[in-house]
Parts: sequence; structure tokens; C-alpha cells
Amino acid sequence: MNSSLALSIERSKTLRVVAKNWAFFFLLFFLILFSITGRGFLSVMNFQNIVHLSVIAILMASAETFVIITSGIDLSIGFVMGLSSVTAGKIIQILYNSGNHSAGFSIFIGISIALVLSLIPGIISGIMIAKYKVPPFIATLGMWGITNGIALKISNGFPVAELPDSLTKIGNGYTLYYKPGGGFSFFGLPEGVGNEHIRDYIRLIPNSFLFLAIVLFILYFLLKKTKFGQHTYAIGGNEDAAIRSGINVKKHLIIIYTLSSFIAGIAGIFNIFQTGIGNFTPFGAMYELFAVAAVVIGGASLMGGKGGILASVVGVLLIAVLENGLLISGVEPFYRFIAVGLLLILAIVIDELFPDLF
Amino acid sequence: MQNLNNHTRTGLLLKIGRQWALLFLFIELIFFSFMARGFLSLNVFQIIFFFGTAVFLLGTAELFAIITGGIDLSVGYVMGLATIVSAKLIVAFTKTGMGPGLSITLGILLTLVIGLLPGYVNGMLISKLNVPPFIATFSMLGISHGVSELLIAEKAAKNLPQLANTIGNGYFLYYSKGIGFSFFSRPEVARRVKVVEILPNVVVIAFILIAVFAFILNRTKFGQHTYAIGGNRDAAIRSGINLNRHIIKVYMLASFLATIAGVLYTLKYVTGKADAGASSLLDSIAAVVIGGASLYGGKGTVWRTILGGLIIAVLETGLRIMGIPTFDKYIIVGIILITAVLVDQFFPERTYKE
Amino acid sequence: MGYLIETRNITKRFGGLVAVDNVSLGVNAGEVVAVLGDNGAGKSTLIKMISGVYPSDEGKIFFNGQEADINSPMDALAIGIETIYQDLALAENLNVYSNIFLGREKTKKFMGFVPVLDHDYMHEEASKVLKKLDINIPSLRNNVRTLSGGQRQAVAISRSIYWNAKVLIMDEPTAALGVAQQKQVLDLVNTLKDHGIAVILISHQMHDVFEVADRIVVMRRGEKVGDLVKAETSTEEVVNLIVGSEMVK
Ligand SMILES: Nc1ncnc2c1ncn2[C@@H]1O[C@H](COP(=O)(O)OP(=O)(O)OP(=O)(O)O)[C@@H](O)[C@H]1O
Ligand SMILES: [Mg+2]
Repeated sequence: MNSSLALSIERSKTLRVVAKNWAFFFLLFFLILFSITGRGFLSVMNFQNIVHLSVIAILMASAETFVIITSGIDLSIGFVMGLSSVTAGKIIQILYNSGNHSAGFSIFIGISIALVLSLIPGIISGIMIAKYKVPPFIATLGMWGITNGIALKISNGFPVAELPDSLTKIGNGYTLYYKPGGGFSFFGLPEGVGNEHIRDYIRLIPNSFLFLAIVLFILYFLLKKTKFGQHTYAIGGNEDAAIRSGINVKKHLIIIYTLSSFIAGIAGIFNIFQTGIGNFTPFGAMYELFAVAAVVIGGASLMGGKGGILASVVGVLLIAVLENGLLISGVEPFYRFIAVGLLLILAIVIDELFPDLF
Repeated sequence: MQNLNNHTRTGLLLKIGRQWALLFLFIELIFFSFMARGFLSLNVFQIIFFFGTAVFLLGTAELFAIITGGIDLSVGYVMGLATIVSAKLIVAFTKTGMGPGLSITLGILLTLVIGLLPGYVNGMLISKLNVPPFIATFSMLGISHGVSELLIAEKAAKNLPQLANTIGNGYFLYYSKGIGFSFFSRPEVARRVKVVEILPNVVVIAFILIAVFAFILNRTKFGQHTYAIGGNRDAAIRSGINLNRHIIKVYMLASFLATIAGVLYTLKYVTGKADAGASSLLDSIAAVVIGGASLYGGKGTVWRTILGGLIIAVLETGLRIMGIPTFDKYIIVGIILITAVLVDQFFPERTYKE
Repeated sequence: MGYLIETRNITKRFGGLVAVDNVSLGVNAGEVVAVLGDNGAGKSTLIKMISGVYPSDEGKIFFNGQEADINSPMDALAIGIETIYQDLALAENLNVYSNIFLGREKTKKFMGFVPVLDHDYMHEEASKVLKKLDINIPSLRNNVRTLSGGQRQAVAISRSIYWNAKVLIMDEPTAALGVAQQKQVLDLVNTLKDHGIAVILISHQMHDVFEVADRIVVMRRGEKVGDLVKAETSTEEVVNLIVGSEMVK
């Protein structure tokens, strides 16, 4: 199909680079476009805003990346996130409001337990998929229902509130403040800065960025630099070959789904730090589907074998910038659904036109 | 796991295993009859079917896509789009001075034609451009959602003719002492004589259509080819089936059924809503899988899908009557879903042994 | 005689069907033995017993004169019996050296304790083995997807050789290849011979067989009906053995 076009692309080196990284160039293009059309788009605050709002989506997409590379899919991550957020919230609420425990201790225990619990849905999906050959779509759809139900039960259908303020202080705080002419300051304003001077300080790096960067670095490292990552690609490329070369594919798949679930758990923790309450995932949020979309826009294939963390982040940011830019440019918000749909189709068509380049 | 073939199981057990969904439905019915006060009544069964129609229709739509080895994520929002389009069209036709009967008929017919479009695009993307069904139909989900919101933002359709309500909430069959059965319209009786409303129109219409599509799947060449494509794509191509055309038709059919679900919704609730079918999407996929279809394609039947849908609808209604928040529904449906696939593994249909 | 790999009176039945019937076959190091036979003659079944895919019903397998207990493909791999499957078992989305090291990746320590892939080492080693086998592949960083059928075959073979294959089994390695690529693979088989590898080659292409084999074993209906030294036989004789008409001659 369109071989002449594909061929001419093949010949031109620059075009090839562009086709291969089209999502990234699209992102640049939109950044420039919206900087011109949208008032207030081009500002540190707005960019912080975009990333801040995308933190959850980026984590979701990272989780999905691992799974999709093995040619699977994980539909449960959206609700695992809610489960983790609600569980952490509930435990923190109980401990903190009992009056016997400090905020720090309550938070620590709450998030630790929530993170450990978030492993369980993944272990179960993984075992079903690897050992009992249940299609990933169904196994994780089952987990989707179960985790959603449990999260709603724990929270009784209401967000878990009355949590210590320190949550949002950390979650919405900044790692780095900068005073023009006065240098940098970490994690908080220098002692003794009164309200009247607060405006002198520019808030540079939100804490959520820092933590996100750490998590992303570890995941990137795991996928690109380690044996584990290599085997993940191999399984997606040719499962038979992976088995015959001695890779324990079953165990590997169980770990993959557990990891995906765990990352969703981390997203839940981010969520509670950012909002200060334990939120269950709203029914129509479709985090998992948007995550799959972002991963595919980033260049992965649902057939498995390709994709990457950074590419998926670009996919998320592309969607986020598009939404934010349209919003700021005064375009009605529901165009975003259409825009995401079109982007997805574009992603596949480009992929289809230049298969060998990827 | 390997070699779990029927040699290790008795024939009876195998038969029960294959029919576990039916068994489960019975257990459900018995359970709720005891646990949910007033469950065993005509009214409750009407509610079950009334609320079930969307899942039955979307499930049947999904079934066709799934048998070919695909999936259609867009059916829920296509249904939503259809509710809005049909409501708007009916209102628009009424405004031109047309009678209510004619505007409703025209509005619905036009909506049904428009409703083929998302499916056509899905089918083209999937067959001609090789877009995986998951992605193509998810894009279509976004696009139909966006277009719906767009249409609503302009002006929501209100003031549908009263006739819509009469059809949507009327009954196909009434019974009253003395007069006996009467169709379509409520019999004129004295105040004190009780009229039993038996079959809601919406349910009847839905089931007639479902029966038609069951016939198509079971008895026609089209249905046969649908199974063939899911069973072995290459063999289907080699035997001369025009794969691309068939795939396009299948997704158009799915989209058509979703549109029907939307139109029925409009008649029932006399308004359009973008997310009218959103929550039914996963229920419908669950219904198909509980009904024994395989996501790898090649198997599944309409009546088993309806059975799957009924299991979910009964569960939902029963829990609601018991006053249990529907949270539990999600958990139970999740568990049933997984059970469905596991049971399928342990009681395989074909028992070929090397 | 000191065969490197040898089957003695090996038999495999599938239900009532005797797929391989009492076959004894030996291959020396540095020797290429071709197994010929009509469809269903039992060639694949024979080699699958050697490579551990099927257990044999009767008979024994000897490796280096010692009885070998081969119950799974892993057992066979462990003693140096490698099989090149028709689908080659390559991960097409990975590059050449990653495929050669698939499942046995070399790692190095990052910051002293985190094991990470040692790409340089794997690249280096892979190019050594390719050079040793006279295989020419433009860049080892290219995905296998971009390689030709012959090159893929070469990658699969070099993987086996790198991991110390002593016996290499190939089931119709040239079946899906063009003429030029068939030649590449046959050249490669000759190179393997020079490196002292025992090669068992299944093929339907008489031409291939006469080009590289030292000995020709013919099977018919599960039985071995001929074991000929290439230099002393002719295409005609082999064909007659295959179709079972040697009497008519
Ligand atoms: N797993 C199996 N189960 C039952 N019968 C088998 C099995 N594998 C092979 N056979 C039978 O054993 C006989 C030998 O098969 P085999 O595959 O070894 O033949 P072959 O010589 O490799 O043929 P070809 O040239 O077609 O590859 C055939 O009759 C085949 O049908
Ligand atoms: Mg064979």
C-alpha cells in the first residue's frame, strides 16, 4: 500500500526521522501553534499545569506500555488507581483521626499498605493470563469490575476526606524556589519569609515533577537497559522464540501485570497527595483507554514488540497539550474527544505507511 | 493445565459445565426470590428486561464484531449519538408542521441511516487501513462522544411529541378481566377494573430485531462467513470470501444495532443523552463473554449473549431491590466474567486429542 | 566408529502409526548427513526425538559415545544439540545481536550493583561469530525484520554456534528461500562443517543435498531404507530409494 510514498520516505533521511518521531514533532508543532493562538499558553505556570494534570495519565500510560509491549492490555489500571487512593485515604483517615498517630506516620502506613495491596490485582490477572491462558482483555476486565466495586465499597461511594493538610502541602508543593537575584531554595521557602515577600519567589519545580521524574527514570531504565526489559520486548516480538530461548515467559508475564498494577497504585498515591482526599475512579473516566491511546500514539503496537516509556509520555503530552491548547484558544472542550480519536487514527495510519522504519 | 480433556470428566459433568451460565441464572433467580422482597413479580421482570434492552442490543452488536475476532468499543457512544440525533430530528420534523407519527417515523429512519456511518468508518479503518479494531473503534468512541456533546451544546432536544412517550413507555400486550388480551393500547375499562400491562413495546421491538439478527448469524451465508473469518481468516480469504467487505458490513451492523438501542432509549426517556450507552459498553462485552464467545473469534451465539446479558440485568435489579448498593454488582460481574473464561478452559467444547 | 551423535534402533509411535521405525543413524563431527524421504516418511519425527521435542518409545540416543538422556528441548540444548526450526524462532522486533543473545543476555553492573545490558559486549561477540562463519550482515543493530530470509537463517545458525552447538539440526532450511539465498545458506553449512560441527539436514531439494552432504540417509514409511556415501551414489539411486522402486531398476 502506498509503496511509492513509503519508498520516497525511505530515501529521505530527514523525512524518516520525522515519520519515526511524528508524535514528538506534532507536539512541537502544537506547542508553537498554541503559543501563537492561545493567550497565556506560553507560560511556566501553564506548562506546570499541563504536566501537573498529566501526572496520572503519564503513570497510567507507563503501566500500559509494559503490558502492551508484551502484546497484552490492562483494562484494570484506572480502577486499581482508585482502589489504591481510597485505601490509602481510609487508613490515613482512621490512624490520623484516632489522635494517637502523627500525620507523617499515618501517611506512611497508609501509602505503604495501599501500594502493597495494589500488587494483588496484577498478580491475579497475571496468573490468569500466563497460567490459564485467559485473554488479557477479559482477565483485566474482570479485575476492572472487582477493583471498582471494592474501591466503592471501601469509600462507600464518597471521596475519603478529613485527611491531614500535609498531604497537599507535599503534593502541591515545590521542590525548587527561585528568587531572581537571590538564588535557589529547596522544598520550601527560606525560614522567615513572610507573606509580603512570597511573591518574590518563583516556584520552579513542583514536587510532583520530581517524583514523577524519578519513577519514570526507573521505569525507563528497567525497560531499556535491563534483561527484564529486553525479555519484555522479546515476548511481544515472538513469544515462541522467547520460550525456546529459555525465558520463563509465564513468570515474566505475571511480573508484567503486577508491575502495571503497582504503577497504577503509585498513581493512586500521587492522586491522594495532589487532591488531599482519597478518590475512587469515576465510572466514565476511561483512564485505561486513554492510556492505551497515548501508548499507541507514542508509537507502540497492540500486536506487541514495540513502544517505550518516553514515547508514551510524548503520547500523553500530545493529548494534554491539544486539550489545554484548545481550551485556552477558546475552542469548546468536547472537541478533545474528536481530536484524540483523529490522532489515534493518524498514529496507526502513519505506522501502517512506514512499517519498516519502526 | 494441559490435556484437560473430557476423558477425565464424565459426560454429565461436561454438559453441566457447558451450560453453567444457564445454571447460574437459575441460582440467581432462586437466590433473589428468597432474598429480595417482591422479586418474583411481573413488574420486576419487566424492569429486568426494560433495563436489559440496551445490554441485549449492544451485546448482539458486540457479538458480531467479537466473532470475527474484533471488538467494537464505540457501540456505547454511538448509541448515545443516536439518542441525540433521533431526538433532534424528531423535534425538527415536528417543527415543520408534520404530524407526530410521521416525524417520529422519519426521524427514526433517518437516524438509522446515519447510524450506519460510524460502523462504515470503523470497518474501513479496520479492513482497509489495518487499524486494530480496539484502536479504530476507540477513536470512533471519542468522535461520537465529541459530536454528541457538540450537538447537545447547541441546543438540547426537548419537547418531543407525546406520541414518542406513548410508544416508548407503552405496552404491546395488555390484559384485563372481562376484555381479555388487547394489543398496543390500554383497554378502556371502568376505573376499578385492573389492567395488567404485560409486554413493554420497547422490549418487544428489541427482541424482534434480536431474533432477526440471530437468524442472520445462524441461518445465512453472511452469518456463516462471519464465523469463518473468526475461525481462520486465511482459510476464509482463500475460500473466496471478500474479507474487507465483510468486515465493513459487520461493523456497520454493530453500529446499526447500537443505533436501534439509541432510538429505543429516545422513545423511552423522550430525550437524548450523550452517555446514554456508556455504562452498557462493558456490560455488553461481559455479556458476550459470559455467553461463551471467545475474544479470539470464531464462536458465540446470540441467545447465549442474551443469557449473559440477563445474568447481569437480574443481578443489578436483584441487588437494587435488596437495597445493596450496586458496588457489589461490579465485583460479581468481574468474578463471573473470569469464571466464564476459566470454565471454558476446563470444559472445552471441542475435545480433539492428538 | 565414534559418532558424535547417534541413534540406535529408535522408534516413535503415534497411536497405531509407527512414525519412526527402528532407525539407527550416526553423524560424525564435521560431517553433514542429509535425511531424505517423501512427505510423512518420518524425517521430522526422527529429528524431534534427537532435539528432545518427542521422547522416543524405543531405542537410545548417544552423544559422544555416552548414552544421553534427552527428555526436553532444554536437555538437548544443554549438551550442545541445537535445532534450527523452520520459523527460526527469532524475535523480529529485536536487533541481530540481541537475538543471538536472546534469553542469555550479557549484563554488566551499573553503579556497582544494578545489572544492565552490556550492548557493547554483545555486539562485539556477535560480530566475532558472524565473521567466523563468513556471514555478511550490514549492521548488527538492525532489527531482524529488515533482514532477508537467508540472513535470518544465518542469524539463527550463528546463535546456535555461538552457544557452542556441536550438533546442528536443520529442518528444510532452504525451503522458503530464493536461489541466491539458498546458496548463502549452503555455503554456511559448508563453513559449519569446517568448524567440526555435526550437521543433520532435512531437505526435499536433491540439488542442495548433493551440494553439501557427505552422506545421504533415505527414509520411507518410518524406516531407514538407505545410508549412502554421496560420492558413491547418484541422484537416480536416491530417488528410487525415496519412492521405493529400487527393485524396478
Ligand atoms: N504429533 C503427531 N501426532 C500424530 N501423528 C503424527 C504426529 N507427528 C507426525 N505424525 C505422523 O507421523 C508420520 C511422520 O511424520 P513426519 O512429520 O515425521 O514426516 P516428514 O518426513 O517430516 O514429512 P514432511 O516431508 O511432510 O515434513 C506422518 O504420517 C505424520 O502424519
Ligand atoms: Mg517434516
